[in-house]
Amino acid sequence: MIGILERRGADFATAEDAVQDALIEAFRSWPENEPRDMKGWLITVAWRKFLDRVRAESARTAREEHAFALDTDAATTSADDTVALYFLCAHPDLSPASAVALTLRAVGGLTTRQIAEAYLVPEATMAQRISRAKRTLSGRRLNRPGSISAVLTVLYLVFNEGYSGDVDLAAEAIRLTRVLAASIDHPEVSGLLALMLIHHARREARFTADGALITLTDQDRSRWDSHLIAEGIGILETALAREELGEFQVQAAIAALHADAQRVEDTDWPQIVEWYDELLTFHDSPIASLNRAVAIGEADGPAAGLAQLDRLDETLPRYFAVEAHLRERAGEDESAAKLYVRAAAKAGNLAERDHLMRQAARLNSER
Amino acid sequence: MAKYLMLKHYTMAPEYMQYTPMEEWTPGEVDAHIGYMNDFAARLKASGEFVDSQALSPEGTFVRFDGEGKPPVTDGPFPETKDLIAGWMVIDVESYDRALELAGELSAAPGAGGEPIREWLELRPFMGVTPSTTD
Repeated sequence: MIGILERRGADFATAEDAVQDALIEAFRSWPENEPRDMKGWLITVAWRKFLDRVRAESARTAREEHAFALDTDAATTSADDTVALYFLCAHPDLSPASAVALTLRAVGGLTTRQIAEAYLVPEATMAQRISRAKRTLSGRRLNRPGSISAVLTVLYLVFNEGYSGDVDLAAEAIRLTRVLAASIDHPEVSGLLALMLIHHARREARFTADGALITLTDQDRSRWDSHLIAEGIGILETALAREELGEFQVQAAIAALHADAQRVEDTDWPQIVEWYDELLTFHDSPIASLNRAVAIGEADGPAAGLAQLDRLDETLPRYFAVEAHLRERAGEDESAAKLYVRAAAKAGNLAERDHLMRQAARLNSER
Repeated sequence: MAKYLMLKHYTMAPEYMQYTPMEEWTPGEVDAHIGYMNDFAARLKASGEFVDSQALSPEGTFVRFDGEGKPPVTDGPFPETKDLIAGWMVIDVESYDRALELAGELSAAPGAGGEPIREWLELRPFMGVTPSTTD
């Protein structure tokens, strides 16, 4: 065992300690839950223990290729163990923030410092969040499996955080979802992967060189990454063919319809509305209803969109931004400008706020 | 080196708010303003004087403890007349004069017609935590 670890790049002393740690872990968890492949289990756990030790010694060293806890070397790490680690890190007893931090740490192999930087919190705070999460899970290793939807939710949260600092969380989320998709055959995992790839394909087109937001309508579609879009659509089509529809597949289908349109006016809005109807059958989400109102506004005209909007709660995030857009399309520039200002005050981030303020300024200076 | 907080406000008494509101600028003027702010922060990072910068949403509430076993009291959302903090920048500089100079520069961000908006900024020195070792 120590030899296997050494061949993977471990020094002897640390490898020896790591194997010892793994044996202790085995004594603790095997009586409850004996793995099918004991040797594989030991090697996987010993390798993780080794990595923990290395990281503890040099938390500040940059992430290295060999520090990838989920080496998918089939001979030594079984797909079951990989999947078990994802489930463990998304355990329902953890808060979403803790599950995200632990997933990035234990599955992704990022350092605590990198995770802290990505989430703009002090390193000590993130270290505490991770160690509390580990304490919560102690004694629950690799047993009770969680739900796949909890795992997917965690990965999607990571993806949506985007990137700040030197860690690209969107790319990291895609990498982790790819590994998961390679280890487990589930249409919703494919759906999430497709959704991420199609969104990621548009990233370069979403901002100007100065960092200003460009909405889907105004994006230069030649800047979309057509390879990623094609890959995403391919994955989605295979998943949809299994006819086990789920929320992520539906969201990916909506993203695919946008990505498929060469020009914004080619967008198949009636089909997008149908997919939103489908989405609402899974989960009666107000955000999905709001997006559906936007799609109806495009498919059937702004008056129809506003009628849908009227049935929703105006405290919803982006409600006023949607109303402003629909009113502008209906030719009500004066009220649209006021609504853009109101929406800017409610924006959750600077890029969105500045964008909405620019819309208000545009309408006011045209009048 | 000494740390200072530069505070921006959304609303202040009218005599302190003498520039045209942003929604009445042209989109180009909005871009120029945002560009000026970004350049300012980038220059402070390059000179080693930047610590932190954050913006706050205008939405919020006042909250107060209302005794054991009772839910906290809230008063809000903020009425528009209240002095609302819009955001801040923390700088770490050699001297008070340097802090004044930088606050003056930030206040000169362009607005309508490309003219400096000359908004009032609050400049506040940080209190240290421990006495200096020579005291």
